[in-house]
Amino acid sequence: MFENIGDIVLLFWRTLLALPHAWRQRQKVLEQFFEIGNASLLMVCMLSFFIGGVICLNFGPPLVERSFTNAVGGVVGLAIALELAPVMMAILIAGRIGSAMAAEIGSMRVYQEIDALRTMNINPIQYLVLPRLIAIAAALPLLVVFSVLVGWFGGAVVADLNSHMEIPFKAFFADMKDLVGLKDVVKGVIKSFFFALIVGVVSCHQGLTTIGGPRGIGRSVTKAVVNSIVLIVVFDYILTRLLLNE
Amino acid sequence: MNSPANNHSPEQPVAGVRLIVRGLHKSFDGQAVLNGIDLEVQPGEIFVIMGPSGSGKSVLLKHLIGLEAPDAGEILINGQSISTPEIAAQYRMALVFQSGALLNSLTVGENVGLYLTEHRLKPPEEIEKVVAAMLEDVGLKDVVDKMPSELSGGMKKRVAIARALIIDPQLILYDEPTSELDPISSVVIGNEILNLKRRIHVTSVVVTHDRDLAFGVADRIAVIAEGKIVTVGTPAEVKSFNDPLVQDFLRADFKRGG
Repeated sequence: MFENIGDIVLLFWRTLLALPHAWRQRQKVLEQFFEIGNASLLMVCMLSFFIGGVICLNFGPPLVERSFTNAVGGVVGLAIALELAPVMMAILIAGRIGSAMAAEIGSMRVYQEIDALRTMNINPIQYLVLPRLIAIAAALPLLVVFSVLVGWFGGAVVADLNSHMEIPFKAFFADMKDLVGLKDVVKGVIKSFFFALIVGVVSCHQGLTTIGGPRGIGRSVTKAVVNSIVLIVVFDYILTRLLLNE
Repeated sequence: MNSPANNHSPEQPVAGVRLIVRGLHKSFDGQAVLNGIDLEVQPGEIFVIMGPSGSGKSVLLKHLIGLEAPDAGEILINGQSISTPEIAAQYRMALVFQSGALLNSLTVGENVGLYLTEHRLKPPEEIEKVVAAMLEDVGLKDVVDKMPSELSGGMKKRVAIARALIIDPQLILYDEPTSELDPISSVVIGNEILNLKRRIHVTSVVVTHDRDLAFGVADRIAVIAEGKIVTVGTPAEVKSFNDPLVQDFLRADFKRGG
């Protein structure tokens, strides 16, 4: 992965330079955006609900036992907004969308479709990378907002129904409001924007550098997902540190 | 490579370009693939490059259209080096890939009209008409809305030719245009190459190891082996060229015992 970091940064830079062409590619951006939404919404819903539930189940009873009942909503709310929703959604999108990007562009590379674009003077970065990067950078933050809301709801349901907590729905959200502010959700959304860029650029780079036949495409897909996840976790720390005092 | 500023009708004759290759060298991982290629193609000529598999034909073709950069040597079109992107952009060149290289996510119509759509050279309704006319020119009807995966090998090749023609090329390159085709489809493709020469006077470079196609369409033939040009001449001159490698290549046939 690290030997390609320069190429990945270069691809990102070239894609930024292609931004003035974004309006011309709006149709493809919309297609990609809806594809990401369609492919992920149900999974995001399920994943977020159960993540919210399990976080509440892990932290709720010990806090209640120590008479910190009014902290349960806040702890669950913060954990989901700041960390779990952005990171888990980014990993989900790396697996679901990043892999599809690497496979599609990789097969276009292997079957000379990208060469065909170049012979027609069509820039593959403008035609293939730019729409995907814009779409994922717009879609992932929105999915994270949705995930935060569903995750909170999952936590509230478990807090209400679990016999070790029995925190009423309204009380859960009232407690959460004391600790969690809009800025916490915004921090998570900012992180997810950078995660989206990582998944998009890494996956498109893997696709564009695919060599060999179907085995090469498979290798690219695996590398796209693994490299994206590693970079998401590393950047998660860096971004959290940078956003800590904001 | 291709200037987006072309609005010629495909029926109007366009002047083919003169192509000169001087001292072209290319190596991959230290292995020389092109070993000093020199050749000259006249405007409007059908120039066939023949040679055994792995002799460097397709790599040479990729250099001619700028998909590969040479290690040494130069390629001149009408006397100007195409290594400068601004110069290359002045000429309209097209490559018909061996596999067709149609974009599998687009319909046949979208594939053929891709150049015009992406460069916004015509309004969509006009592009539809041009695409339909272009497909009809290559003998294909009612395939506009089909996906490439629904087409036969021969149809894919003809769609690829239509896609190349829509840019109104001055130079058209064919990479193994008859590979994987039955004899009848091969003749159709060969006739299409000849028709294009007659109709639009385009300069054509055909890379093939199909001897029937080469001798059927070529004005001149170059035989390439191990990255070097062995001989260049008219089909008759090449047939009579006294070199064991050339003669072996031209005469290779099965020997049935009994």
